[in-house]
Amino acid sequence: MLGFVARRLLYLVPVLIAVSLLTFLIASLLPGDLAYTILGDQATPEKVAALRQEMGLDQPIWVRYFGWLGNILQGDLGRSFRTGQTVLQAVTERLPISLELMVLAQVIALAIGVPLAIICAARSGGPFDRFMTGTAFGMLSVPTFLSAILLIYLFAVELRWLPATGYVPFGEDPAKNLRFMVLPALTLALAEWPGIMRVLRSDMIATLQEDYIALAKAKGLKASRILFVHALKPSSLTLVTITGINIGRLIGGAVIVETVFALPGIGRLLVGAITTRDLIILQGVVLLVGAGFVLINFIVDMLYAMLDPRIRHGHA
Amino acid sequence: MTEGTLLSVEDVIVDLPTPRGNLRAVDRVDLTIGAGRTLGVVGESGCGKTMLSRAILQLLPKRAKLSGRVMFDGQDLLQLSPEKLRKLRGRSLAVVFQDPMTSLNPVLTIGTQLIETLQEHLELDMAAATRRSVELLAAVGIPAPEQRLMQYPHQLSGGMRQRVAIAIALSCEPKLLIADEPTTALDVTIQAQILDLLAREQRRRHMAMILITHDLGVVAGRTDEVAVMYAGRVVERAPTPALFKKMRMPYTEALLAALPKIDAAPHTPLPAISGRPPDPTRPLKGCSFSPRCRYAWAQCHVEKPRLEESNSPAHQFACFRPIGTGAGAGA
Repeated sequence: MLGFVARRLLYLVPVLIAVSLLTFLIASLLPGDLAYTILGDQATPEKVAALRQEMGLDQPIWVRYFGWLGNILQGDLGRSFRTGQTVLQAVTERLPISLELMVLAQVIALAIGVPLAIICAARSGGPFDRFMTGTAFGMLSVPTFLSAILLIYLFAVELRWLPATGYVPFGEDPAKNLRFMVLPALTLALAEWPGIMRVLRSDMIATLQEDYIALAKAKGLKASRILFVHALKPSSLTLVTITGINIGRLIGGAVIVETVFALPGIGRLLVGAITTRDLIILQGVVLLVGAGFVLINFIVDMLYAMLDPRIRHGHA
Repeated sequence: MTEGTLLSVEDVIVDLPTPRGNLRAVDRVDLTIGAGRTLGVVGESGCGKTMLSRAILQLLPKRAKLSGRVMFDGQDLLQLSPEKLRKLRGRSLAVVFQDPMTSLNPVLTIGTQLIETLQEHLELDMAAATRRSVELLAAVGIPAPEQRLMQYPHQLSGGMRQRVAIAIALSCEPKLLIADEPTTALDVTIQAQILDLLAREQRRRHMAMILITHDLGVVAGRTDEVAVMYAGRVVERAPTPALFKKMRMPYTEALLAALPKIDAAPHTPLPAISGRPPDPTRPLKGCSFSPRCRYAWAQCHVEKPRLEESNSPAHQFACFRPIGTGAGAGA
């Protein structure tokens, strides 16, 4: 098992290098000169040239890449030329919001999707299964901005149970913080549970055809044990994969939901950096989000090995 | 139901709806097995022997329709509530499936799969169940049983996995064990070991056993009685010695002839049964074997022979032209 973890960790190195290279290239290839952007329209060519020299923009691209990479390895991701805030400060300020949103959304989506998938698989083809499969299909086609607005209308405007927009840090007032987070998390979860339900349901149905399920029945085990112990574990590999992808996606923030609910998360930081052409923030955040995505995938691989001993022992 | 009968299958029919029409997998089968006795069910692939075993276990596919009666230990399994059936399965009615590669759960340890059965039916605590699991694994000939408990099925060979499956089946001292082609998926060298293990444990535990196989040679020395199945029906049924001494149904003869013989000259071709079994969605009017039978005459093609006893009440067969009556072998 230790060898397996070490091997997987080694695989991460080239992936992370590729992520940094792509991030840097994309940021460098964006049209427009950074020096012009900083100095504004009225800048004289002399001033621009001086700034370019100062920032190293006159150097060849590979020199700039390795300079940037060297700084990163020393923990310096750069600093916004607009606010003066470092990338790390900006991210650590906003990451907890996006992470909380992501965790809450996943918990809600799994809490809805997993039990429904199990019930549907156990009674596949029955009226409940057909109703839920149809509902899930319908939910999949509802865009996030629409469900966000509908939820706000229902819970904030009509029922007045929850606030429509705003944010209070968790450390300041946990109860109030959760009140602000419920609707955005629910919005994301509504988009995600159908996917969870559909993949787990179809994997469960396939697993329930297996010989070892017939044997579990022949052993006289309780239906609940057959479903939760014998069938759920071998059926959850795809579920883990798509949950990993969902989490990875949400590390980069949920742009639409953060915007609609006015949450100062990573998503809005990125959008802000793009609209103000704050390239330093942009490439730093993209790099961190990419690294986070890679890390989540590493954790997913570890979960595979935990779920299926054949992967752990290198048989699969 | 006579005294000492443990299982009686009465007029059992299994119908499977398919896109090509209704498939009658098991057609009016009657069988009985006494406590502690062994019954061999023999027939080629697709003859309905596995469906019959699933019908006894009440583990048929959802779409299958079952009719008839399956009396086990005084109870009609078709009328039993799901909860009562569950308490019976694994406890007094156990099964070993054909392929140990697929019948053990790949993500649970051997120990979990053994212990859960013991805890479900015998109300043992963890320590007692673990102790008993080690004994069971040792009894089925698995070396280092303590270590095996922690291992997963993929870490064991096919033969070892089938031994584990047998240990699971034996764990609660069942009254009846159904072994559904227990050696078909295994290496030839392992087959005899597994069959001998089953026979030994069957005698030691005084448990009844149904041994399902396509190989007449397998049942020869290991069963008290044999039922030969063809196209969903039992076509011949007799005490094992009587069957091998004087088989009456041409299909049984053809099955036996298809076995390789150890004293045959090298390169002797094996006599295969020509033709194929009838399409089970298109039942024949006459005897199902008649198109392939070398003794068949006009009556065989238009009328279905019933399973009837002849001079000896224990020996039944369904044939108009049985071997040894002059009509059959003499023809």
